[in-house]
Amino acid sequence: MMNERMNSQALAATQNERADFVQVIDVVKNFGEHVALNSVSLTIKKNELFALLGSSGCGKSTLLRILAGFETATSGKILVDGEDLSRIPPYRRPVNMMFQSYALFPHMTVEDNVAFGLKQEGVPKNEIKERVADVLELVQMKKFARRKPHQLSGGQQQRVALARSLVKRPKLLLLDEPMSALDKKIRQKTQLELVNIIEKVDVTCIMVTHDQEEAMTMATRLAVMSDGEVIQVGTPNQVYEYPNCRFTAEFIGSTNLLDGVVVEDEPDHVFVECPGLDQRLHINHGITGPLGMEVSVSIRPERVRVTREKPEQKYNYAHGVVKDLAYMGSYTLYHVQLANGKIFLANLSSLVLASDDAPSYDDEVYVSWGASSQVVLTS
Amino acid sequence: MKKLRKMLARAVPSGRTGVIAFPFAFLFLFFFVPFILVIGISFSQQQMGIPPYTPLAELKEGVLNIALNLSHYQFLWNDDLYIATYLSSLKMALISTFLCLLIGYPIAYYIARAEPSTRNTLMMLVMLPFWTSFLIRVYAWVAILKNDGLLNNFLIWLGLIHEPLRLYHTNWGVYIGMVYSYLPFMIMPLYAHLVKMDLSLLEAAYDLGAKPWRAFFQVTLPLSKNGIIAGSLLVFIPAVGEYVIPELLGGSETLMIGRQMWSEFFENNDWPMASAVTCAMVILLLVPMALFQHYQTKEMEES
Repeated sequence: MMNERMNSQALAATQNERADFVQVIDVVKNFGEHVALNSVSLTIKKNELFALLGSSGCGKSTLLRILAGFETATSGKILVDGEDLSRIPPYRRPVNMMFQSYALFPHMTVEDNVAFGLKQEGVPKNEIKERVADVLELVQMKKFARRKPHQLSGGQQQRVALARSLVKRPKLLLLDEPMSALDKKIRQKTQLELVNIIEKVDVTCIMVTHDQEEAMTMATRLAVMSDGEVIQVGTPNQVYEYPNCRFTAEFIGSTNLLDGVVVEDEPDHVFVECPGLDQRLHINHGITGPLGMEVSVSIRPERVRVTREKPEQKYNYAHGVVKDLAYMGSYTLYHVQLANGKIFLANLSSLVLASDDAPSYDDEVYVSWGASSQVVLTS
Repeated sequence: MKKLRKMLARAVPSGRTGVIAFPFAFLFLFFFVPFILVIGISFSQQQMGIPPYTPLAELKEGVLNIALNLSHYQFLWNDDLYIATYLSSLKMALISTFLCLLIGYPIAYYIARAEPSTRNTLMMLVMLPFWTSFLIRVYAWVAILKNDGLLNNFLIWLGLIHEPLRLYHTNWGVYIGMVYSYLPFMIMPLYAHLVKMDLSLLEAAYDLGAKPWRAFFQVTLPLSKNGIIAGSLLVFIPAVGEYVIPELLGGSETLMIGRQMWSEFFENNDWPMASAVTCAMVILLLVPMALFQHYQTKEMEES
């Protein structure tokens, strides 16, 4: 009886640890007058691949450098596996980083680069040899073990850098813009390779990137950052489909934002009146907020239909003229100018365009979308 | 018309050739030719008159006689004093180089890690001594190192010593003078290497568990190897043949080849012997100079 309770307590504790493996609590970082991080709090689960996403200067790199120990937070705490890192110097943290430039030691071979961290720990020679060989095998760089970094391609250097940061089996792996030094062509392939390797070794990972596609492909969850603050945290799908503010909606992918006022608010639907639009927007979910509240409604371009005929639906359409067509291969991006002068974006799949009847330049068209394709943004 | 232009282009050297030709011509005229003359003199014999050496080649009754006199080199090789002087020059240059490295490395490191805005000022300060004459600066050390000079008076005033330290006219004085004079030549290449080092390499070393001093010995030091070599050779090569510093600050026990050369030239008026001393020194220095060249080209290929 006693035993059972202890077990269940221990189980609850481990589950708790799993949920909050990395805790960033109220971290503030000031550089003189400049506030780089303004009270950032995050929790990251064990074995998660978490992305910090934002444009340059949003504070994501500063947070990563604080995690690695290269910067000290002005205030706040960072716990990894329950251990407060604040006072631990970088060379004693259970954290390893893969640098943006890879920072491979140019005077050492691949092997020596990877062994460097183990040598500092005083790991026995045989074990070093074994572990280096294993990790080089994992990243498929075994046959390049005796090369110097400058004799490797960018992608190979990246894999060596990854091996070097994994060989010490860190509790937390940091990736600083992992793809930025690679050609666009090999990026996509590399992204998936990297994710596969990280999943194989069961490591908790935080990556920093300005590339939303990279974050969406690689991360299990991501945090959108701007001006030193976390704007939204969620899975790639959540952040894309349900942005919580105008910033996220515009930053992740592209979107059409229609500004308006709430005129009818029921638990199961909302009506928003937009100046310049002949009919109201009908949204099939409720929001919290008073009538007359100013909101923006976000509609993703791929949810929009473009037709010559007036759609049969009563709401959620607009009339306009095709101003521009951008052929992107798998789809074509339509720029439709509405009556109020605003440009409305719509993606038409190439399948639709194959018909002869596809709208072209200066054609009068209707853009329309479903009631569930809209997200109401209040901030 | 086209042909003519082509021929003209072949006859007139291109701008590129011209640009390279100028320094080549300069070095040929003012370095190579005089050096050949010195080599020539070293194979002749001393005589009274102007010039004070016998000609190498003579036309006697329609026959060209060339007489190469190797006796000076033989003398150099067999004379213990000369061998001791060469060895002593090498030893003093080596010790001076080592001291310059020991003092110069921390300075160069500090300047390279300083704020970019203050770096130039600090490098300016390193080079500031070049604005006054070398001779005057070495003379100034006489005033500092003398028995009743600034340094001794200061140390006695502090109560650290009761009798003046004998520095002036000793090898210690020469070391102080050499380190002082050649320190900038050590700092400059070291600084150039340290300042361009990618600091994320150090961060990577810390990240992988290296304490700061281990990161220095395993990353910074090996990466500044070429700077250490360049700086050391820039100090060592001129230090071996240094004349002014041992003459002014050294004592009778200071054996350096520069002084020997001077006394052969101006006291014994033995030009051939002085030339032989010079040539032997150049041969001695060819090894470090070749090393310097080797590392320079290697580094250029790498970057």
